Amino acid sequence: MKTALRQFRDALDDRTGIPSAIRHFLGEEIPASSGWHQVFGSVALFMILVQFFTGIMLAFNYAPTPGQSYDSLRYILTEVTGGRLMRGLHHWGASMVIVIVVLHMVQVFIWGAYKKPREATWIAGVILLLLTLAYGLTGYLLPWDNRAYWGTVVTTQIGASVPGAGPWVSRLLGSAGEIGVVTFARFYALHVLLLPPLTMLLIVFHVYLVRRHGVAPAPEDAMLPKKKFFPQQVFRDTVAIFVAFAILFTLAAVVRVPLERMADPTDTSYIPRPEWYFLFLFQMLKLFEGPLELMGTVIFPTLAILAMIATPFIDRSKLVRVRQRTLAIGIVALAGIGWGGLTLAAVRSTPPQTAAGSIDFSGPTQWMQLKPAELAGVHYFKQEKCANCHNVLRGGEAKAGPVLADTARRHDKEWMLKHFADPQSTSPGSAMPPVQLTVAQQGDLAAAVSALTPESGDLMAITPDFASSGAALYQKYNCGACHLVNGVGGKIGPNLNGLAARRTEAWTAEHFVNPQKLSPGTPMPVYPLAKKEMQDLISWLFTLPEKSGT
Amino acid sequence: MTSDNSINRRGFYAQAIFALNAILGAALAVPTLVYLLVPGGRRRKETFVDAGDVSQLTPGVPVEMSFQQSRVDGWRVLTEKRTAWVVKTPTNEVIAYGPQCTHLGCAYHWEEKPKQFICPCHASLFSLQGKVVAGPAPRPLDRYVAKIENGRLFLGPLRQVSSGDAA
Repeated sequence: MKTALRQFRDALDDRTGIPSAIRHFLGEEIPASSGWHQVFGSVALFMILVQFFTGIMLAFNYAPTPGQSYDSLRYILTEVTGGRLMRGLHHWGASMVIVIVVLHMVQVFIWGAYKKPREATWIAGVILLLLTLAYGLTGYLLPWDNRAYWGTVVTTQIGASVPGAGPWVSRLLGSAGEIGVVTFARFYALHVLLLPPLTMLLIVFHVYLVRRHGVAPAPEDAMLPKKKFFPQQVFRDTVAIFVAFAILFTLAAVVRVPLERMADPTDTSYIPRPEWYFLFLFQMLKLFEGPLELMGTVIFPTLAILAMIATPFIDRSKLVRVRQRTLAIGIVALAGIGWGGLTLAAVRSTPPQTAAGSIDFSGPTQWMQLKPAELAGVHYFKQEKCANCHNVLRGGEAKAGPVLADTARRHDKEWMLKHFADPQSTSPGSAMPPVQLTVAQQGDLAAAVSALTPESGDLMAITPDFASSGAALYQKYNCGACHLVNGVGGKIGPNLNGLAARRTEAWTAEHFVNPQKLSPGTPMPVYPLAKKEMQDLISWLFTLPEKSGT
Repeated sequence: MTSDNSINRRGFYAQAIFALNAILGAALAVPTLVYLLVPGGRRRKETFVDAGDVSQLTPGVPVEMSFQQSRVDGWRVLTEKRTAWVVKTPTNEVIAYGPQCTHLGCAYHWEEKPKQFICPCHASLFSLQGKVVAGPAPRPLDRYVAKIENGRLFLGPLRQVSSGDAA
């Protein structure tokens, strides 16, 4: 058996050379000081390969055009088995790659491993860092939700502000007018066609240089015998890769990446935020105002990149022990503090996203189609704690009352109203207490129960509280006498589907208090709502679908 | 360090590397296979579309009826024009056949003279009951799941009929 295996290996070696190539690769001599601090390069390579793989998997179910891209991502998240995990791996993997690439650079920097003759290895590494950031920038647009759209608006405008080159950058990104199909196509092409082969080539070059010059030694290595790459260092690399992947997998499985409303170029109230690793740049822009803005957008980042590239030419000192590299450690510490401080300041100054803006569109959204009366009924369903005795869908824990999903097939609203007022009159022997609501409220409750079907999902559970209580207020003040929502109501006032596209939340809040000031001559009465009421009502109105019935 | 000891350590490293890589491979391969192979999607109810009035049909005379049906295609919902050959049997049962020949999918039509459905491509003949009378067609005509409410025909998905159960 053993000899047969050996014969096969020898035959393969004669014909392809693969077994000796592997042996040569694993038998690479490395300095005696090699250890755990040198695992980051291998981890970064592995993580980038995972990104390639999960990216290809996502592309199997992705339509690269604006609009359809959003629908297809939503399809991946809600309908493809394991789609949410796959997207999670790609989303969190992007962050992991950046973290690990930076850790790799920090290690090389602190140990001084960029020194002669390894300058080219270091520069290739700096370019690889920039490439990973370019992936983040271009990939950010691809979900085509509000976050993607508005984040990219900021990015492209920064590009356009570069003196001299600005208009050309704009044209190159297809964003001369505003962001649309051309920009999307360019970002997609960059993300999946241009960057991956470029990355592969640079990684091959980078690894080739590492092999050519050997792993950077420490001063004490001169007197010590060399080690082999296999098995000890391979073991360390594997353990590190394993830990990194375990973290990634946990993030992907546990932390839900939300999908926001589909990109809406008219949504002026949206507050754009870049991905966390760009937050420091975003915050730095605030430090420079007026003509100085160029410092933050262009000059400082360019200087930082140039300084990184120039590092091995500036520091030509002799190799010393790590502990004596105090200047390098100090620079890293300062950069870390600066980065951390800016990021923290950015996070602190982020206004909380509005209730309407933070809805996860990769979750169930059928409640948005409900008519005001039905949604108000959901509010009373919650308020009266109907769920204590009733399940909406079959298959929940056993409860005293019947399942409500198909009640509407058996009973009409009239029956329900009688049943709410006096359960015994319609269902002799029922243990249900009479519902303590006004007649109008009972009507809403009946509307909600009538809207339930086995296919509609648990409408009572998936409806956010702000929407149901907002709709209850809408019913209470009889707004539907003048306004249209989801196809129901009067036509004296404007249709409220599409309000979000026309107005900001702040404008709407002021309009409730002082309608005459904002719309002189309007028949709209004053509604001095309490703060919480105002918030719920407006949040709900701003989540209404732009066109009713879609 | 004795050489025995070093061989043991080498063995331990090799086994650990192998085991960790196997777990990594599985952690990527299993979700990928699930993602690609396990059918997902929300369970969709069978939707029936109104294909038209069938109360005036003459028994034994098939009529081609067209209607709009929506179809889910991945992340899109398409509304398409579909047709059905609808026939009322002498026993007042209404059958709706899919408009394509079961051989290679050509559109067949009703021929009054032999009282048969004829496919022009390869001359498959089907009886009023959808059975194959002659030609290369491998199975009877496909049928829509159908129900009648208030004299109107409602059609659901298209189903195959095996040679045995054609009425």
